Amino acid sequence: MPQFLEAAISIIFDGLAYAMLLFVISVGLSITMGLMGFVNLAHGAFAMAGGYVTVSLMNGLGVPFLPSLGLTFVSIALISIPLERLVYAPLYKATDLDQVLLSIGLVFMAIGAVTFVYGPSPPSVQMPEFLKGQIDLGFKVFPSYRFFVILVGFLMIFLLWFGFERTIIGAKIRAAVDNRSMAQSIGINVDRLFILTFAMGSGLAGIGGGMAIEIVGLSPTFAINYLVLFLIVVVVGGLGSLRGAFLAAIVLGIVDTAGKYIWPEGGAFFIYVVTIAVLLVRPDGFFGKEHVQ
Amino acid sequence: MKLKTKILLGVTAALMPFALNPASSDAAEVKVGVVLTYSGGAAHLGKQIDQGMQLYMDSHPEAFGGHTVKLIKRDSKRPGGDIAKNAVQELITREGVKILAGFMFSPNAMASAPLATQGKVPMIIMNAGTAWIPSLSPYIARVSFTMWHSGYPLGKYAGTELGCKTAAAGYTDYPPGKDSRNAFKTGFETTGGSLIEDIPMGGPREVPDFTPFFQRVKNAKPDCFFVFVPAGNHATAVVKTYEALAMADAGIRLIGPGDITQDTELQGMGKGAIGMITMHHYAADYDTPQNKKFVAAWKKAYGADSTPDFMAVGGWDGMAAIAHAVKTQNGNVSADGTMAALSGWSFASPRGQISIDADTRDIVMDVNVHKVVQRNGRLAIEVIGTVPQVKDPCKELKIGKCGK
Repeated sequence: MPQFLEAAISIIFDGLAYAMLLFVISVGLSITMGLMGFVNLAHGAFAMAGGYVTVSLMNGLGVPFLPSLGLTFVSIALISIPLERLVYAPLYKATDLDQVLLSIGLVFMAIGAVTFVYGPSPPSVQMPEFLKGQIDLGFKVFPSYRFFVILVGFLMIFLLWFGFERTIIGAKIRAAVDNRSMAQSIGINVDRLFILTFAMGSGLAGIGGGMAIEIVGLSPTFAINYLVLFLIVVVVGGLGSLRGAFLAAIVLGIVDTAGKYIWPEGGAFFIYVVTIAVLLVRPDGFFGKEHVQ
Repeated sequence: MKLKTKILLGVTAALMPFALNPASSDAAEVKVGVVLTYSGGAAHLGKQIDQGMQLYMDSHPEAFGGHTVKLIKRDSKRPGGDIAKNAVQELITREGVKILAGFMFSPNAMASAPLATQGKVPMIIMNAGTAWIPSLSPYIARVSFTMWHSGYPLGKYAGTELGCKTAAAGYTDYPPGKDSRNAFKTGFETTGGSLIEDIPMGGPREVPDFTPFFQRVKNAKPDCFFVFVPAGNHATAVVKTYEALAMADAGIRLIGPGDITQDTELQGMGKGAIGMITMHHYAADYDTPQNKKFVAAWKKAYGADSTPDFMAVGGWDGMAAIAHAVKTQNGNVSADGTMAALSGWSFASPRGQISIDADTRDIVMDVNVHKVVQRNGRLAIEVIGTVPQVKDPCKELKIGKCGK
């Protein structure tokens, strides 16, 4: 295989794996921001908490990796419900600044609490044998774990697409994102809908945190270190848009990987160039609804 | 036991403290300002140094010559230098400390150096590894290491012993990373080797996805792949990515300074780490009497699951240096007296015999070739070679800022 083709294939493959990780973590943030307009900077804390739940399940209780991810989803989703009711809900009508201050405060509390319980040292987990090593797809050999991450990403997008486009609840969520007061006036309980999406989004972030351990590692400051990336995915994709978040994650993941491969000295340059370029042409992101204010 | 004997024993026990500490009336308390990162993403590293210092104090009260040391601790938080500098200023002016200690990140030590000169307070560097730091003030002495202690001998070792003709370097893009890469490059090129890839791999704060960098190296097919990343969770991601891309099977050997096989991280790295060659001055697995005692004391104090690493040894040795300075000056600590006491000081550290070079005020120590092996079901460090008593090669060769 010619060198450049081989390079191109590995860039697309590695970029996709990175993109799926970004997508799984960011999609919940996009939906909740689109639905409630709530600026939840603590979203990364749910991903971080998910990582630690996965670590506890695997290292503490000996649960295998795949069931751990499932349990992580359930537990982070459950934890997020009382938080949403008690901490977030009172500030839905507050200004953006209040919401930012509250949620960034929650990030620091989460970092402190996790450091207190688990200590500041980064933990790690051992993957099952079938996710270690490489997988041969005939034309090229790929790292199994990244292949797995891509599969999970596509599975998630399928499930979310189905839930959003083919179920009544999904239709209600879309209606509420489009026009909240109209949705309420035709009898949709937007509050309950929001609890559901908030829990789903947080749970997904938790899975993302669990999957990220093997790729970028985990530490209490995960909650804030990658926050900018998640926000970029949301903004470039457009608030509240499922396919927007998906497309943005893929574009940013592949561009970032290609940039690092071709011109490592450029650092994080490319991801910001793309962000600026997209927002210049489409200020509301790929699929964001236009804000008329 | 007879009643008389019992009474006698009781009286002896009661008098014991006085007998052990005859100079108790004129025992001095020396204030030592400690500047370390106690919060944030690198807090676990600061904690290692802090625990190392504390352990030496607790286990060697006699080393202080009947005097005591009071630690006044300040959190330098991030590596930016500004917070550390403020802390140092406050420690000197308000607390009146006689000695400053700690300094984990190089920029923090650099920013604080002018204050050490102006305030005439010696600084004992327990970690920060940028080579030219001691040149910044006559009141700086370093007990830790420089990036050149490992990088330069590793470059030579890769060219001669490992037989690498070509190498790639991947490093985290901040001063110690560049320093380490320069050291490796200089050493490697003395053996006729050439560096065919030179890749900065993002900043020190968040761990990047290393895949694109490593994929590039894999396609370039070097014999050796030198990696420098900050101690902490970057290293685990490096080893896991190396394993995931099957780079060992492609004939690319992963090497680096011992930071990437840090004791506290080693067990989490998995089988991909086996066979890795690193150059370093300490591993908890060292089979020497001093180290065995040190590790045993550590596990007793901080729990069986806790492992000391090279940072902890920096804290331990630094406290030993402080004890030596306090004892030599009989508790009456001055800046020049302390620097004189530290000049040429030598000590049996858990890492081996160390000393402070009188000219450069920098550490002189053995540097060892580490190989990661599997032993009794866990990963362990085996020492397969030693470069004896290395003085900082950067200053020896007068490279760049080290020549000034």
